[in-house]
Amino acid sequence: MSTLRSLSNLLYRRPNLYLALLLVPPLTWFGAIYLGSLLNLLWQGFYTFDDFTMAVTPDLTLGNFAALFNPSNFDIILRTLGMAVAVSLASAVLAFPIAYYMARFTSGKTKAFFYIAVMMPMWASYIVKTYAWTLLLAKGGVAQWFVQQMHLDGLLQAVLAVPGVGGSTLSTSHLGRFMVFVYIWLPFMILPIQASLERLPPSLLQASADLGARPGQTFVQVILPLSIPGIAAGSIFTFSLTLGDFIVPQLVGPPGYFIGSMVYAQQGAIGNMPMAAAFTLVPIVLIAVYLSIVKRLGAFDAL
Amino acid sequence: MHSEKASTGLRLAAWGGLLFLHFPILIIFLYAFNTEDAAFSFPPKGFTLKWIGVAFARPDVLEAIKLSLQVACLATLIALVLGTLASVALYRRSFFGKESISLMLILPIALPGIITGIALLSAFKTLGIEPGVFTIVVGHATFCVVIVYNNVIARLRRTSQSLIEASMDLGADGWQTFRYIILPNLGSALLAGGMLAFALSFDEIIVTTFTAGHERTLPIWLLNQLSRPRDVPVTNVVAMLVMLVTMLPILGAYYLTRGGESVAGSGK
Repeated sequence: MSTLRSLSNLLYRRPNLYLALLLVPPLTWFGAIYLGSLLNLLWQGFYTFDDFTMAVTPDLTLGNFAALFNPSNFDIILRTLGMAVAVSLASAVLAFPIAYYMARFTSGKTKAFFYIAVMMPMWASYIVKTYAWTLLLAKGGVAQWFVQQMHLDGLLQAVLAVPGVGGSTLSTSHLGRFMVFVYIWLPFMILPIQASLERLPPSLLQASADLGARPGQTFVQVILPLSIPGIAAGSIFTFSLTLGDFIVPQLVGPPGYFIGSMVYAQQGAIGNMPMAAAFTLVPIVLIAVYLSIVKRLGAFDAL
Repeated sequence: MHSEKASTGLRLAAWGGLLFLHFPILIIFLYAFNTEDAAFSFPPKGFTLKWIGVAFARPDVLEAIKLSLQVACLATLIALVLGTLASVALYRRSFFGKESISLMLILPIALPGIITGIALLSAFKTLGIEPGVFTIVVGHATFCVVIVYNNVIARLRRTSQSLIEASMDLGADGWQTFRYIILPNLGSALLAGGMLAFALSFDEIIVTTFTAGHERTLPIWLLNQLSRPRDVPVTNVVAMLVMLVTMLPILGAYYLTRGGESVAGSGK
């Protein structure tokens, strides 16, 4: 016990030594394993893949990164980016009323109930949620049953016929995939918006009303601008998570690669790790650009 | 603040949104008891408990459950150690590079899982490490650390500094203060963080697809079932099980960390 005591006294007198000892294990883990892996991956992006022998050689080239701008690869990037933006916008629209109601009109038990009711689907298994949607959208599944009950068949067919949105059935359409993405990432949008609305001082709303603004005007000119940091914070998750996903595109929606599924296919079936590494750089760069944009909107203060 | 009442439209939108979030989850619970053995037809024709027995008699299911439990336990253990060390180091003093360290801890869950997954895979390949249980655990521990870190650092920030000073004034040394004052205070935060890390690991699929090699965790087993829809009822039962294992910890963590600004689970 006395060695323990003298050791803890020594650490108390040498706060820098204490700090260093605390930090060594986590820093070693993250520095060596995580950052090391990331740098190694980036480095592999410069290696050469031989199409004929299917072998990777350590001859450095920029060819893989240049190949990202081939029309077919660039298409994949644009398709994924478009989906990520659409999903973020739709999540913000759907999340706002829930977050607003939570922040302004609930307290005590009801607020706790809403909080848990949003957190549970957020933490519930990702793969099972996706599976649930394949059940919902399947032929003869709940979605079809609902459409038939409401006699909306005609409307559904019309929507599915729109190019770029539709597809042959709901489960193989862009619309179906979009719905699954929105469902899965929606809770990540609700909580930051709710937190930013929670911080909004009620006196501002009273002042707005005192100065003669109608409720609609207060909403557009006071509440909405002040909730932008929360929306931006939530969109970091919806944007970044959609951008890298490869399970949902694989299970729901029309054929055609997403960035994630392309990375998966390149390293797996094709065995072209350098190209997979180059493709991995795309979401990293897009997310970095996106972060620098939303940082100006105050997203980081709302996280 | 609550003087005015919410309009009917807003109330409908809010409760409707909650319904939307929970409906697919209810569907999973509904279909796990479905009597039909091949179709997804709705509404179900009848209910039975038969499939639960069938699922738990399947060696491949038991195998996958065992592996997932094993991985989640090991990853949680590593995350508890590393996350606690990092939060104790970072919560009070500011020093050069502090911001970068906290950013680095968050990175594995802020960047899409596919980046972590393929980066680890390429590193294992470069080092000649065969993918297996060990590599899955390394991947999971890496993104679980931040969950423990978030819970513990929030608790440390709420722990009154005067308690620690009082302990020291009364002659306790650093170790005794840690053992008798700080650790009991952290207890429930550690438990909450550990439960959430366990749930996150138990359900993880994206990083795992890259680091698992030929091993099959429960989520990977599920994914394989989806591309080969042979035994739907067993899949449905397993889906319900995974759903329960991932949802219950959030309730537990909520009750353990409520009171004060709770951070349980924020930022999965």
